Amino acid sequence: MRRRTLLAASAAGTLSAAGTLLSACAPGRRRASDGRITLRFQSLAWQQESIEANKQLVAEWNEAHPDIRVDYVQGSWDSVHDQLLTSFEGGEAPDIIHDATDDLADFAYGGYLADLTDLLPRRLKDEIPPQTWQTATFGGAVHGVPFLQEPRVLIANRALLERSRVRIPTPERPWSWGEFEDAAKELTRDGTYGVAWPLKEPVSATLNLSLSTGGKVFHRGADGKVTVRFDAADQRVPRVIHDQLGGDRSAARTTLGMGGSDTLPGFFGGKYAMVPLGFSYRQQIVQQAPKGFAWTVLPSPAGPGGDQRQGVSPQTLSIAADSPYQREAARFIDFFLRPPHMVRLARGDWMLPTGLTALRDPALHTRRHGWATGAALAGRLRPAPAQSVRGYPEWKDKVATPALQEYYSGAIGMRELRERLVEDGNLVLARYQR
Amino acid sequence: MTTRPTARSPRPSAVRRGPTVRRRAARTGQYLALLGYLVFLAFPLLWLVSTAFKPPRELASLHPGWIPDHPTLDNFRQAFDEQPLLRSAGNSLIASLAAAAITVVIATPMAYVMARHHRSPLSRAATGWIVVSQAFPFVLVIIPLFLVLKEVRLIDSLSGLIMVYVVWSLPFALWMLAGYARAVPRELEEAAAVDGASRLRTLISVTMPLLAPGIVATALFAFITAWNEFFFALVLLKSPQKQTMPVILTHFIGTEGVADLGPLAAASLLATLPSLVLFAVIQRRITSGTLAGAVKH
Repeated sequence: MRRRTLLAASAAGTLSAAGTLLSACAPGRRRASDGRITLRFQSLAWQQESIEANKQLVAEWNEAHPDIRVDYVQGSWDSVHDQLLTSFEGGEAPDIIHDATDDLADFAYGGYLADLTDLLPRRLKDEIPPQTWQTATFGGAVHGVPFLQEPRVLIANRALLERSRVRIPTPERPWSWGEFEDAAKELTRDGTYGVAWPLKEPVSATLNLSLSTGGKVFHRGADGKVTVRFDAADQRVPRVIHDQLGGDRSAARTTLGMGGSDTLPGFFGGKYAMVPLGFSYRQQIVQQAPKGFAWTVLPSPAGPGGDQRQGVSPQTLSIAADSPYQREAARFIDFFLRPPHMVRLARGDWMLPTGLTALRDPALHTRRHGWATGAALAGRLRPAPAQSVRGYPEWKDKVATPALQEYYSGAIGMRELRERLVEDGNLVLARYQR
Repeated sequence: MTTRPTARSPRPSAVRRGPTVRRRAARTGQYLALLGYLVFLAFPLLWLVSTAFKPPRELASLHPGWIPDHPTLDNFRQAFDEQPLLRSAGNSLIASLAAAAITVVIATPMAYVMARHHRSPLSRAATGWIVVSQAFPFVLVIIPLFLVLKEVRLIDSLSGLIMVYVVWSLPFALWMLAGYARAVPRELEEAAAVDGASRLRTLISVTMPLLAPGIVATALFAFITAWNEFFFALVLLKSPQKQTMPVILTHFIGTEGVADLGPLAAASLLATLPSLVLFAVIQRRITSGTLAGAVKH
């Protein structure tokens, strides 16, 4: 975050001086003498199958559209924000940009991304549900096309689960948070913990799962300003995690500082019965699980009334505001995200497509590797609570992450957690909303 | 006449044995400490080697072993299949060698002047500026730098990147080399002058050979700095054909730090090799330089 803040400050300082200079450079770029144009598409695909799917689609486009060539550029999730910001400032941004919605707010409000409202065809608009479009809508304008999303699920050791007396939840009949606590207790025995929470980055996991209990944390007032609150509904999920870690000890404390991948050896070794992970982790499990290891995908626990909503930050495709070929870029996005293509991309990344037609594809409803469970959850996915809140990254890094880590480790109680999230948090947000 | 040792005075052999035992114990302690330090330093590299040869199932083992049960080259195969490792290694090599060479060529005369006139206000100011310049984080300079390079059409070019690497490593290289230059006795140059050598001849025949270990160390520093650098390369190079090794390595890392560990380890191992080889080749040069006995008093 510090790097991001410094970069933003640096950007602000040089922006005005650079603006006129750069705008002069844009027109006519990458157009050959025969009128053929070249678009640059920066993709963040990183898994083997995903890279292949991306490259194949680009090749298919190039074959069918000799006048609008697309150059595939491999980007990386690491430092993508800083890299894009520098590229935007320098007038060298890729025409088509792959990113995630929780990273778009700064760029959208900064005017770096084109408004796609009038650029996208009706077909694509109708394909994606309104609540998903919300994740990429900032200040009333659409700045990205959400195309892949990832619910959080419980990956469970099937043998341990079946040996216990717990009811096995389904998307139609998920566990309540209370049942989940009971199940974790039941599964805790003989050196096995019921659950392992990988909480190296606790904020998004906590906030996104809290949607099921009605937690919002960020509240937008009539004046458009956002404030932080941490009411009973927001506290329910953190309390469960806290109690499992320090109360009934049904969760392993050693996983507090771990990322999702770090918990897998313990999961395979029978140390943990369940691990809450992103849906795409199934790829690693398939690749790394010992032979004969049986596992299953369970839906995350539901809130009151079976509320299974959870927050997500889908992956998006955007168009740079200074791209001289926005219409052509939008045509490429339309092609790239046709339903069969979306299915290929989703399977490559082990995620769910956002498109309704793509979601109905039989390939995504097989019980193998838990696809059907994930697909059944798609309709319950909502924008992550912090999605469009300016200052959220700073709140997350400086306030919420340390506070939640201390709370989960038992160093502070709920009262102090609340004070820090709300009081320190509102001071941070106020700076962004003056 | 002989004197018999008294009961109180220890025998000469006993006098010697005490300090010898202590000395041996101290030396053993030193060796143990050194060994511990070497193990500490070597651990990441050994683990990297071990990881690079492990199949996926062993990577996720609860009790990982040092030696893979079923060693495989699949990680290397996958790394090469997925990413243009050789091309990126070539780009890194060009950028790093060029940056190291240019840095040394620029830094050597400057460092010599700074060392010989280190009491002058200008030299002090230069030293101060060098120290201050080391405090700038990358992110503060990247956007102005980007704009400058764009103006001179050096974005997306290895030449631009090399220029940045030279500028970035020059202050520390200068500082480092000035220290070596100060260690070259002025008396040697004066002796050469007395023998009739010209200023240039003195520099070439007397000073430079003595400065050689410092030059080699500085070149190595500049090379490794450039070889490992990630952020400038990420931001300044646009074309996939020009990307350097550290940028390519991040392509094995996904969202929230999830990594394709086997291929990442295999590629990282390949990425460390040039530095290790270079260091092995020239480390003798670094340690061989000695001024002992160079000056008669």
